[in-house]
Amino acid sequence: MRHRWVSVLICAAVSAAATTACGSGGASQSSDGKTELTIATFNEFGYEELFKEYEAAHPDVKITQRKTGQGQPHHQNLFTKLGAGSGLADIEGVEEGYLSQVMSKAGQFNDLNEIGPKLEAGRWLQWKTDAITTKDGKLIGYGTDIGPLAMCYRKDLFAQAGLPSDPEGVKALFATWDSYFAAGDQFIAKVPGVAWFDSAAQVFNAMHNQHETGYYDKSDKLVVDTNPDIKADWTAVTTAVGKGQSARLAAFSNEWNTGFKLGKFATKTCPSWMLGVVESQAGPENKGKWAVTDAFPNGGGNWGGSYLSVPKQSKNAKKAAELAAWLTAPEQQIKAFKAKGTFPSQVKALDAPELLEQTNAYFGDVKAGALFATQAKKVKAAQYKGPADGQIQETVFSPALQSVEQGKNAEEAWKTAVEGAQKAAK
Amino acid sequence: MSRLDAKVSPYLFVAPFFVLFGAIGLFPLLYTAYVSLFDWEVGADDPTFIGLENYRTLFDDGQFWNALFNTFSIFVLSSAPQIVIAVAIAALLNENLRARTGWRMGVLLPYVASLVALTIIFGNLFGPQYGLVNDVLTAVGIGPIDWQADTFGSHVAIASMVNWRWTGYNALIVLAAMQAIPREVHEAALVDGASPLRRFFSITLPMLKPTLIFVIVTSTIGGLQIFTEPKLFEPSGGSGGGTEHQYQTVVLYLYQSAFQGLDLGYASAIAWVLFLIVIAVAGINFLVTRRAVR
Repeated sequence: MRHRWVSVLICAAVSAAATTACGSGGASQSSDGKTELTIATFNEFGYEELFKEYEAAHPDVKITQRKTGQGQPHHQNLFTKLGAGSGLADIEGVEEGYLSQVMSKAGQFNDLNEIGPKLEAGRWLQWKTDAITTKDGKLIGYGTDIGPLAMCYRKDLFAQAGLPSDPEGVKALFATWDSYFAAGDQFIAKVPGVAWFDSAAQVFNAMHNQHETGYYDKSDKLVVDTNPDIKADWTAVTTAVGKGQSARLAAFSNEWNTGFKLGKFATKTCPSWMLGVVESQAGPENKGKWAVTDAFPNGGGNWGGSYLSVPKQSKNAKKAAELAAWLTAPEQQIKAFKAKGTFPSQVKALDAPELLEQTNAYFGDVKAGALFATQAKKVKAAQYKGPADGQIQETVFSPALQSVEQGKNAEEAWKTAVEGAQKAAK
Repeated sequence: MSRLDAKVSPYLFVAPFFVLFGAIGLFPLLYTAYVSLFDWEVGADDPTFIGLENYRTLFDDGQFWNALFNTFSIFVLSSAPQIVIAVAIAALLNENLRARTGWRMGVLLPYVASLVALTIIFGNLFGPQYGLVNDVLTAVGIGPIDWQADTFGSHVAIASMVNWRWTGYNALIVLAAMQAIPREVHEAALVDGASPLRRFFSITLPMLKPTLIFVIVTSTIGGLQIFTEPKLFEPSGGSGGGTEHQYQTVVLYLYQSAFQGLDLGYASAIAWVLFLIVIAVAGINFLVTRRAVR
């Protein structure tokens, strides 16, 4: 409040002598004449040191970070304030899981191809950029990090089942989904009381995201009941559930955590950030039992990762886009990786020595950075996401698969899922 | 001046309540009714007016009726045993006990504990695979119950959380009312040779009537709006209330419509229908209680 008065007084005094643009900046112009850029992030983007670096190089910019602990409240805030028409930061972080909802409101974000600085071609992995490009070619976000998928598995349990257990040997088991489920049959026959995977929904989502067309086709028509790939995945997963391959544990629930501790399942679909989850849930008593390999059934996949976007509400869109472009350059993203372990989405960063040399002690000193860089390059294409895509996955298909795990008939559950998807898409 | 003062100041003194009530009670209530007439999506530019369409959809929506059934089922499973037990506990606490204050404070302890912490602990106890309750049931030979998949099982689990938290609280309210019953009435009955049981049913219970009405009406209002317990009982943290909405309550469905479906108009319609149902049920309970406990 007091600063406001001071600046008003100074403006009044100065404007007599010179023609300065006092007040035109509104709330985004701080009292010392700097442009204030706000950036809203969640969890850990690892940008704290980078902000200082940018401010030092750009004395006219002051960066304020609004940090939310978790993704869910951050995005709830994002959508509410998009609706309200004001109150958003100049740069808003967007997580991959909320991408479909953001893309359906793409008109409220700036096209970064248009307002952003000219960038080198091919900065990001193609699929990463494709996912946030609208049908008419507008880029509404710069990629930050990704979550390439690999397979985590229990070495000791594999050995007990008579399966190969070294990272090279298991690759044949994880070549395709057919070989994966076949190995599962073999496993559960040999090791009673232990399941092959943790949860049907976890496996299904990974399978589903590998298809070029998912719940929607490119004209935003819901194709849940006509896309043969979805039904094929459904049948494969629910058949495996019927044979007892699933530990029937909803991901991230308390019982799921207990399942890790007790070693109740032998494999886990593992995005790069999952290694930390496995380590904290399985705990030190299981150290050395988990391993990860650079193979994933039917190629690769991605789960998670974020973007930086500039809403049209921003009064400093151009400068915000410059900052966002700088933050998401390979050099900066490698620093963020070193600070908080966010896995970079930039092609050049994937070849950086800092990344390639990173190891993970819990997983037997595996070269995790190089492993996930390999996996990131295996992702073929970004699946087109329709308006209610995220909601269909979270509130329709995952619960329906869980109901099969609870003993419901797979055919009936499929009908429920299709109806639920149609309702959600309305 | 002083006449104006005498006329105006009483209103000024009570004004803060009405101003606050208007701002955070009445206004949202009316605005919700207004929103419920629109197809109002969060983030939509201009919502379209659709009249009573949301209500029409709602009455055809199987998920809503399912949520309503769940709400009533959980409400009956919690409120009914709760009030009976609360009166019984109050009667026990009203006896000459050693360390009376300690006992009385003791029954209030569950109410003091944080609701969220309590729900998470109960959620763990009722875990279908590694929960303590199922371990005990297996040990005594009943066998495990899938507290998540089974509709009735999940209702029992949630009702037990509500009962754990509120029984002691209601017992204390009933106890306060019991102590206000004049001693002379009991003494007169004693002289007439009435047994303790007879005295309880013929004197204590009828004289508790106003308090019981209060307790029943407040637990109706609270019970029909149950949200935190079923929300946190969902292992994956969603708002579906189970894989097939086994324990999705009306408020949980409202929350899901508003904050996952982003359909504010529909959520507002649910809110208003629930509001009317709560008023109706509370009214019925008021009448029934007044008539039954004479």
